[in-house]
Amino acid sequence: MNITVENLTRKYGIQKAVDNISFHVRTGEVLGFLGPNGAGKTTTMKIITGLLAPNNGDVSVGNYSVTKQPEEVKKLIGYLPENNPLYPDMGVIDYLAYSARLQGIEEPKIKPRIAEMIRLCGLGVEKHKLIGELSKGYRQRVGLAQAMIHDPKVLILDEPTTGLDPNQIVEIRKLIKELGREKTVILSTHILPEVEATCDRILIINKGKIVADGTPDTLRKQATGRELLRIKIEDADRDTVFMNLRSLDTVAMVDPMPGTSNYFEVQSHENLSSRRNIFNLCKEKGYVLTEMTPVETKLEDLFRDLTLN
Amino acid sequence: MKKSWIIAIKELQAFFDSLTAYIMLVAFIGFSGFFTWLYGTDIFLRNQADLKVFFSIAYWTLFFFIPAITMRMFAEENRTGTIELLLTKPITEWQVVMGKFLACLLLVAIALGLTLPYYLTVWKLGNIDHGATITGYLGLLLMSSVYISIGLFTSSVTGNQIVAFLSALFAGLFFNIIFDVLAGNFTGTLGTLLSYLSLSSHYESVTRGVIDSKDLIYFASLILVFMIATEMTLSKRKLAQ
Repeated sequence: MNITVENLTRKYGIQKAVDNISFHVRTGEVLGFLGPNGAGKTTTMKIITGLLAPNNGDVSVGNYSVTKQPEEVKKLIGYLPENNPLYPDMGVIDYLAYSARLQGIEEPKIKPRIAEMIRLCGLGVEKHKLIGELSKGYRQRVGLAQAMIHDPKVLILDEPTTGLDPNQIVEIRKLIKELGREKTVILSTHILPEVEATCDRILIINKGKIVADGTPDTLRKQATGRELLRIKIEDADRDTVFMNLRSLDTVAMVDPMPGTSNYFEVQSHENLSSRRNIFNLCKEKGYVLTEMTPVETKLEDLFRDLTLN
Repeated sequence: MKKSWIIAIKELQAFFDSLTAYIMLVAFIGFSGFFTWLYGTDIFLRNQADLKVFFSIAYWTLFFFIPAITMRMFAEENRTGTIELLLTKPITEWQVVMGKFLACLLLVAIALGLTLPYYLTVWKLGNIDHGATITGYLGLLLMSSVYISIGLFTSSVTGNQIVAFLSALFAGLFFNIIFDVLAGNFTGTLGTLLSYLSLSSHYESVTRGVIDSKDLIYFASLILVFMIATEMTLSKRKLAQ
């Protein structure tokens, strides 16, 4: 089920929470929605689920438009809201049954669906408790279970791993990745490793605008554009190696690492690689090259670059 | 309609899972029973085989109890945010309002159903006017529906249950008594209008055993106005500002 967002704008008063954004998500894609607090992530998700109307633009899920056929779109979407609101006085099974009925699942199919969700979300031990008695992690699982109870084609998850312990986070990420193979998943988060672990594609938004769109790899390349290598050269004098490295024509900058060991960080000119030149230099001078590692720019840096202004 | 029932049943279960339903039922039966049978101008003092006393007591007890059962309905969902999750399900705002309305009405109907022994007892004691008794119950249900729709509306505009309760009581007071009092002070069109708006005159004419289309239209339109207002409050969040 493809999702197309076109020229979406939503204002709160005079402030534009979402400012003319457009993107497209394909079936089997897990899209990570990144951005600082108040960037417009939740607003965009609420518009896709039909909870808020856009001031301008439209969202289509499959062949249905959110503004024109909200009821059809709602059937296709499973939604986990940001703070995972639940009814504390209801039992886990009762709540899942209630969600299933509201989604229009036929009565005989409800029980097997609930059993399936309880298994999938690991709720087995806690299924007979009231929701109010559950720990935060288990509540989050109940939230996920209600979002997936009708086997939706599209999953919209607003910060799905908040409040989970590290083991649960790994489990939920694995689950999302599995689900992402056949469903379309949009998840928002501000935990960067999470995006790298689960998402096929990242969309960074800031102040209501899309500032970056691509796979984690392409985004990283975009961020630097320059190759950065960390090398270690042994059996040679530190200063002469430094001078020789500087004289290579592809090298823009050499930075000796602090300490006594012969570690250097070498940055190449844009779109050029120094790897061959460094190897040839070592061969020619008889240096022993014991380490050469490409240094990847972290997504954190990219994120800071794009959103801190 | 099916979706409304799903919500109605869930809400009714919530009444009985918490103590709300039991407190409301016990208090209602207690109050109305005490004043109908034991205290003041009770049935034995009147020495007439009718339920007039009960109907006038229930007129006031329901006035106080209904805001207490409706206050939770939307205020709590607004406060916890479950309303947003509910509205992302394939269900319309109207179905949600209808479902909550039905749940409250069913609870009131259960309370009134529990007073049927009064009816049977009086029937045994003397020559009861069946028609007037049945319309009396009908009048109570219609009046309750008005208070329920008022209560749902005040509950939908706030996230605070106390605010919802008090404003429902305040709004109800106008229909219950204030319009009636004001109508006595004005003459002409304004006086007629105020007296038409007053719930008590319509209620009394129904409990007398007269079902006039004028009264039915009055009740139906009040219920509809507040239900639609509730629906509009819910769909307001969808409006682009």
